[in-house]
Amino acid sequence: MSKEIMKDLKKKLGKKITDMAQPREKRIYIRVEPDKTPEVVEFLFLKYKCKFCTATGIDMREGIEIIYHLAREDKNMVINVKTLIPYSKLEIGSIGKKIKAFRWIEREINEMFGVKFIGHPDMRRLLLADSFPKGKYPLRKDFKHSDVTDEDYDYERSGI
Amino acid sequence: MKQTIIPLGPYHPLLEEPEHFKLYVEGERVVELDVEIGYNHRGIEKLSEGKTWDQVPYLVERICGICSTSHPMAYCLAVEDLVGCDIPKRAQLIRVVVCELERIHSHLLWVGLAGHFIGYNTVWMWAWKYRETILEICEKLTGNRNHYAMFKPGGVRRDFNKEQIDYGLERIVEMEKPIRLLTDAILDDPVIHKRLKGIGVLTKKEAVDYSALGPTSRGSGVPWDVRYDEPLDGFKDLKWKVIVQKDGDVFSKGVVRLLECFESISLIKQALVSLPEGGAIDADIREVPPGEGCGRYEAPRGEVFHYVRSDGSNMPYRHKVRAPTFNNLPTFKASCKGETIADVALITASIDPCYCCTERVAVVDKNNNEKILREKDLLKLSVDKTKSIMKKLGKTPPLYNMEI
Amino acid sequence: MDILKKSFKKSIWVFHLSTAACNNCDIEVLELLTPRYDVERFGIKLVGSPRHADALLVCGSVNAHAKPRLLEVYRQTPKPCLVVAFGSCGCSSGIFRDSYSIVGPLDKVLKEEDPDVKIVYIPGCPPKPEAMIEGIVMGLGAI
Repeated sequence: MSKEIMKDLKKKLGKKITDMAQPREKRIYIRVEPDKTPEVVEFLFLKYKCKFCTATGIDMREGIEIIYHLAREDKNMVINVKTLIPYSKLEIGSIGKKIKAFRWIEREINEMFGVKFIGHPDMRRLLLADSFPKGKYPLRKDFKHSDVTDEDYDYERSGI
Repeated sequence: MKQTIIPLGPYHPLLEEPEHFKLYVEGERVVELDVEIGYNHRGIEKLSEGKTWDQVPYLVERICGICSTSHPMAYCLAVEDLVGCDIPKRAQLIRVVVCELERIHSHLLWVGLAGHFIGYNTVWMWAWKYRETILEICEKLTGNRNHYAMFKPGGVRRDFNKEQIDYGLERIVEMEKPIRLLTDAILDDPVIHKRLKGIGVLTKKEAVDYSALGPTSRGSGVPWDVRYDEPLDGFKDLKWKVIVQKDGDVFSKGVVRLLECFESISLIKQALVSLPEGGAIDADIREVPPGEGCGRYEAPRGEVFHYVRSDGSNMPYRHKVRAPTFNNLPTFKASCKGETIADVALITASIDPCYCCTERVAVVDKNNNEKILREKDLLKLSVDKTKSIMKKLGKTPPLYNMEI
Repeated sequence: MDILKKSFKKSIWVFHLSTAACNNCDIEVLELLTPRYDVERFGIKLVGSPRHADALLVCGSVNAHAKPRLLEVYRQTPKPCLVVAFGSCGCSSGIFRDSYSIVGPLDKVLKEEDPDVKIVYIPGCPPKPEAMIEGIVMGLGAI
């Protein structure tokens, strides 16, 4: 069954996919260019009956890799769409603009990695405190836990 | 009409985690809602990158006190997906038993809290009384009431002995009758029907749009259940069904949860009976090769999703955790709109978001005149509504004193 | 009889708040109210406002988002008051100690605000309900 899905995806997405792999029976990994990513994910969500699981940001040293995890429940398959954004140009088109389910995770990736989502309607912080120092991104590899201590927090901005 | 903003939270006198809601109301009707989270942010994903593969289960267990088996479960599945090993059957069935016990106690917890929110404290005390028995079984089988530390990548840490299996089987069979009694009492009550039906409706389309999970989606007619869609190998022989309700209101979500308790009891019974004699409980993973893996498991509140990437060292290069509430919380935007303030506490509780927070409610009008309503006023609004429904139905209020 | 003894002589009312915990302790606190343990028979009652409380039950390692709110609640509580640090997280920030978002542990945060604060520690992850009752009773005994 998974072969069919691979074939089907190749047919429908064609040249947008640069690489495709299937290390396990129930997992498919697709690699696409950053500018094609919103298009591919929107296709999978809206036309291909996929459910949004989540998105992961990973600091790969040369850039931030974003993986969109989508699940096709009736075919029992997790489809992962990967894209690498270089540090020189940390931005990508927003999917949350069109699909509500992606809004929160884009806010999270924005505050944790500093990736800009173009066209996102609401780009406030989600998890970090308002008093957290600006310009620091906790989930990047060069950030250490000790980089931010109690003194670095600006409690004036915490809204009390 | 004049629009006012009502902040709820972040501290609630009764419940768990802090969270902050902003309700935009016109008169009594909520027109928009905004959620602020982060009071519980502990940086677990970053901490996880500094722990070894075997230490991480202890950390992810402490993401949530109620889903404290589902997170390690999803993490172990992710590592096993990465390594590609087979898990012994006995270990899989032990996992099923622990996970289903957790599901029952979590659902009973929700039922109790929902009862409290509509002013039926009897339901609260009643449901939690039975929950205590489930915790007792957990303690006997695993050694602790919560945070069982049972799972490790490749299997389970502790085996069940004969005495434990017999005890578990006996007590879980006993529990079926009282939970049936509770379920019938709740589902037959005309006041609860009036109070919960048609409130906070999440339509099927909205549930799909937001990718709602667990009982929130199954209450809206979307039959997503990871246990069914992506079953464990040992899970395939057990017989059970996915509970789905069509209406999408608070009542449907409650029905899904109550009926799931029986499915869980049946699963525990089947698993304990079919536990193979002896045999390994651990696949003995020695090293984790470079690669990536996704693990999903159905927690009581919905699908838990873990993603791990390895660079071949003894620690995860990246570990992503997605709890079900992350997808379910934004659905408030759809389900709270057009409802009255009295119902909001209930609707926000209906998804069972490791719930939180209504300490201080301030009504601010456009001229910044602030009127402070405390949480008990909000609870009172809810209780008053129940009372007025009772009056209409010609029922006397319950014996329990509903004064707050 | 000095004021400290007098203020804790009768039933104590408690206010419960969670500052970045895993909510397991919070659930166990609620568990205390339910029929099996029923602490209300000892006069320990959960109240809806810190202004009515004799004791604060704090669960959790304090994070930066919750710290100003915790201090605000502490200021609103009438003194003398007892602070009960629940669980490993409350006592020492537990497993989350090294994280960037944690500024606790609780005693450090509260001692900056009020050096004379009285804290009872109940370790455990989560502490058993019996341990919680004993901890509160011992704390009161110490006063």
